[in-house]
Amino acid sequence: MTDLLAARTQMAVSLGFHIVFAAVGVAMPFLMAIAHWKWLRTRQPVYLDLTKAWSKGVAIFFATGAVSGTVLSFELGLLWPGFMKHAGSIIGMPFSWEGTAFFLEAIALGVFLYGWNRVPPWLHWGSGLVVGISGVLSGLFVICANGWMNAPSGFDWIDGRAVNIDPWAAMFNRAAWNQGLHMTLASFCATGFAVAGVHAIGLIKRPNSLFHRTAFRIALSVGAIAAMLQPLQGDRLAKQTAVLQPAKLAAMESLFETAQPAPLLIGGIPSEETQTIRFGFHIPRLLSFLAHGNFDAEVQGLDRTERENWPPVLVMHLAFQVMIAIGTFLAILGGFSLYGLWRRNATRTALNERRMLRIIALSGPLGFIALEAGWTVTETGRQPWIIYGVMKTADAVTPMPGLVYPMTLFTGVYLFLSFVVTWLMVRQFRNVD
Amino acid sequence: MWIKAAALFLGASILLYCLLAGADFGAGILESVLGKELRAEQRKVIDRAIGPVWEANHVWLILAVVILFVAFPGAYSAMSITFHIPLTLMLLGVILRGSAFTFRHYDAVRDRSQAWYSAIFVLSSFMTPLMLGMVAGGMLLGLVGRVEDGFLQAFVRPWANLFCLAVGIFTCVLFAFLAAVYLIGETSNPAVRQIFIRRAQILNVMAIVAGGLVFAAAERNGLPLASLFMGHALSLGSMTVATLILIPLWAAIRKGATSAARVLAAIQVGLVLAGWFRLQFPVILNSPEGPLTIYSAAAPESTLRYLLYALVGGSVLIFPSLFYLLRIFKVEERQ
Repeated sequence: MTDLLAARTQMAVSLGFHIVFAAVGVAMPFLMAIAHWKWLRTRQPVYLDLTKAWSKGVAIFFATGAVSGTVLSFELGLLWPGFMKHAGSIIGMPFSWEGTAFFLEAIALGVFLYGWNRVPPWLHWGSGLVVGISGVLSGLFVICANGWMNAPSGFDWIDGRAVNIDPWAAMFNRAAWNQGLHMTLASFCATGFAVAGVHAIGLIKRPNSLFHRTAFRIALSVGAIAAMLQPLQGDRLAKQTAVLQPAKLAAMESLFETAQPAPLLIGGIPSEETQTIRFGFHIPRLLSFLAHGNFDAEVQGLDRTERENWPPVLVMHLAFQVMIAIGTFLAILGGFSLYGLWRRNATRTALNERRMLRIIALSGPLGFIALEAGWTVTETGRQPWIIYGVMKTADAVTPMPGLVYPMTLFTGVYLFLSFVVTWLMVRQFRNVD
Repeated sequence: MWIKAAALFLGASILLYCLLAGADFGAGILESVLGKELRAEQRKVIDRAIGPVWEANHVWLILAVVILFVAFPGAYSAMSITFHIPLTLMLLGVILRGSAFTFRHYDAVRDRSQAWYSAIFVLSSFMTPLMLGMVAGGMLLGLVGRVEDGFLQAFVRPWANLFCLAVGIFTCVLFAFLAAVYLIGETSNPAVRQIFIRRAQILNVMAIVAGGLVFAAAERNGLPLASLFMGHALSLGSMTVATLILIPLWAAIRKGATSAARVLAAIQVGLVLAGWFRLQFPVILNSPEGPLTIYSAAAPESTLRYLLYALVGGSVLIFPSLFYLLRIFKVEERQ
């Protein structure tokens, strides 16, 4: 394994691990705040139990997210010193804001978790809400920085150095908002369905459990609404990618040759060698419409990009297809669930439907699989660049040899932690039963 | 002016990290030397004391890193290369300490796994301050190697030496001392208080010994630390005052005068850091191309300006909420 590949693997593992905890940290406090609000308004004990049970989940996920996030802030330098040397001063602003938001989040979480009977009830509720709001903001700020790597702005690159730096323009780059909104919705969708899935299992085991039924309703509603909004936002992001990073879009769609109009490929396994696609089928003109809103538009293929600057097509296409397939499925499932939940007597008809519960229980992990696939598309699609069109990833990596060792170490630690967290959640869940 | 202001915020974040999160790590170190008596009770005090605050305390480190890479990107980049190994180990400590502590607290089932969490918690509480100290020592020592000179020269020698080890040990002892002093006020049980008072006294002596070790090791590694201290009025002054404070501090600990002891211990650690900062100033670390100073490694002014706006704006939000957090858990609790 080359050092570059080891560094990329370590970064991918660290991000892939952190992102799960970050996403839960963004969405879960809101679920908790909904349950808490209901408790304060109705004083039904089930809401109190639910708030407390969920807040333990928030605590475990937040702590793990906080430490894995710290690791990332160091890894940016440990693995990519050549990048940070230049990028640090350009995209530092979102990071410093993220630091502030994260600080508030940690403080508010301390107040919330340990504040029962110590803080006035509504202030206590507010502290839980602040955890969620700061979580969303930290996520958005970090994605501003990621967006900048995709759509660099706010500086001039002269003789291998960044000059005329405008941190404001760098932070509010063109990709930031669309990526940020897409990720925020993804966090709510993945977390909502995962939590609903857990409580669906509880309901299958104990159909009369008020606790699981209440939890299921709240989590599923949040997940479903996010899942139904996500395709709209995904479409906007894809249209923007077609303009900002045509090679990324072409790799996502396995479009080797520029076409006008361009068909949409469903399924299929592309080969970079032969530039052909096995299996799969095409829907005429649809890609032109999806990418540019016009059935006759030209869509740029990989042929317009130099061969050495192609992102890995197979990985991109597969990851993108997985994301789209799951996203579509969850949007439809979300629609059905909302209909079932909010129809009159919905709890009876919809929740006693064991088949529906099974489907939702099985769909629990899907949101997170889609989220990981989406990040694979974003990050792999930028390759071979670390700053799109400006700096290659290979030029940013640390000169230290033997990177395979830290990579192995972190992979091991993260696998171990994933295992322990899952095990803890199972114990938590059994205990509630 | 912008550069110095950024450096000031960086120093302040490191200071607060040491005073607050340092004590959290120190509590983990202390746990390994708890006496047999009232063991469970002591552990409960530690859990209750750091539970609500450790995550907020931890953020000072993130803040310090962010300031470093935004304001002094060249230095951050060079540090990450030279100190790749100790920083990686420090991170390992950060991950394991935080996770183990949280798992221990929130595990729904109390069984043998608790012993595992505790073991990991204690070990990782040693690891992080040890490595932080070694990196700090390496920055002061200023050994550098080029990548072409080989792996050992470039990535190991700058930190794997007697002086850095001594600074690492000194850091561990200092953090554990802080923790012991802070913990005296966290319990109303007189027997447990007495135990923490005892620990604080022992650790205070150990800190003096470890400090002496740092000077001895420095001479061996060719760093004239004593004469460097003599050469800078501020460093000399801070060290003198830190030593003089030992007397009232000792008295305060003996009497169990909680607040006085806390403040004095914090001042002492602050003075140690201030002494180090002065010796370091304006160099952040050495590089094969010459020393990287806060001036030569600084980001352009536009970046620094925005960073400082963010830091000042952030402080307005953070400090009141931080005080609120500390007030409800550290002040009201005792009433």
